[in-house]
Amino acid sequence: MAETIGFYTLSVLILGLAVLVVTAKNTVHSILFLVMNFLCVAVLYVVLQAEFLAVIQVLVYAGGIVVLYLIVVMLVNLKGEAEAHQDPRRLSVIGLALAGAVLLELAGILVYSSGSDAAVPSSEAVASPVQGNVEELGWLLYTDYLIPFEVASVLLLVAMIGAILLARREV
Amino acid sequence: MMEITTVHYTVLSAALFSIGVIGVLVRRNIIIIFMAIELMLNAVNINLVAHAHRLENLVGEVFVVFVIAVAAAEAAVGLGIILAFFRNKETVNIDEMNVMRW
Repeated sequence: MAETIGFYTLSVLILGLAVLVVTAKNTVHSILFLVMNFLCVAVLYVVLQAEFLAVIQVLVYAGGIVVLYLIVVMLVNLKGEAEAHQDPRRLSVIGLALAGAVLLELAGILVYSSGSDAAVPSSEAVASPVQGNVEELGWLLYTDYLIPFEVASVLLLVAMIGAILLARREV
Repeated sequence: MMEITTVHYTVLSAALFSIGVIGVLVRRNIIIIFMAIELMLNAVNINLVAHAHRLENLVGEVFVVFVIAVAAAEAAVGLGIILAFFRNKETVNIDEMNVMRW
């Protein structure tokens, strides 16, 4: 019962904040709604027993990425209405219709695949020698997924160099 | 009230993803569009974590770690591009971003 109430409360918060992120006039307000959205998603991860990901969500998203967005908004220093100029050829109605089509497609996939929900084969859990969410995740990352993990670190390095090059004043 | 199942989380994820799609397709401020992309990545992450929870298999959570890493890289490079563009054209409106239009 408590889980049900918690889930619905979190869902309403997450979806409502997401709508506010998309509709807010002021970019800074939008970013602040985004932080609250990320924090609610982190709580959802705790409910799903993914504690490590909840901490990562708070640190990387709410702590790192959002600060990056705030700094960029400060640097571009938007005076007045950012969306004043509108391309006359732009058709927002078609955009909304396409988004509705995406939602319909997702709902279709959900209806189509929900029948096979019960027949879940029990995963052939390779008994990891450690207990707890963080320990097991670390075990997986450093054994089975070691090479993707290293590739991700290279990707982050490349992204860092690229960001520095792009943001430099004279190239 | 019903018990919360994985389907509930999937529906939440689909709704969040659709809100992100609407943001990308309708808004014209490129910073808002980047935030909508982050919302869509979050929807994917919720889906992965919910199914990892259902299958009691942590591989889904490993993928979420990679998604977060890619999201951080994307944010850094994308915001760098926004800064470089703003320096040239003094705008963040995507309707005016047509310097590479064929």
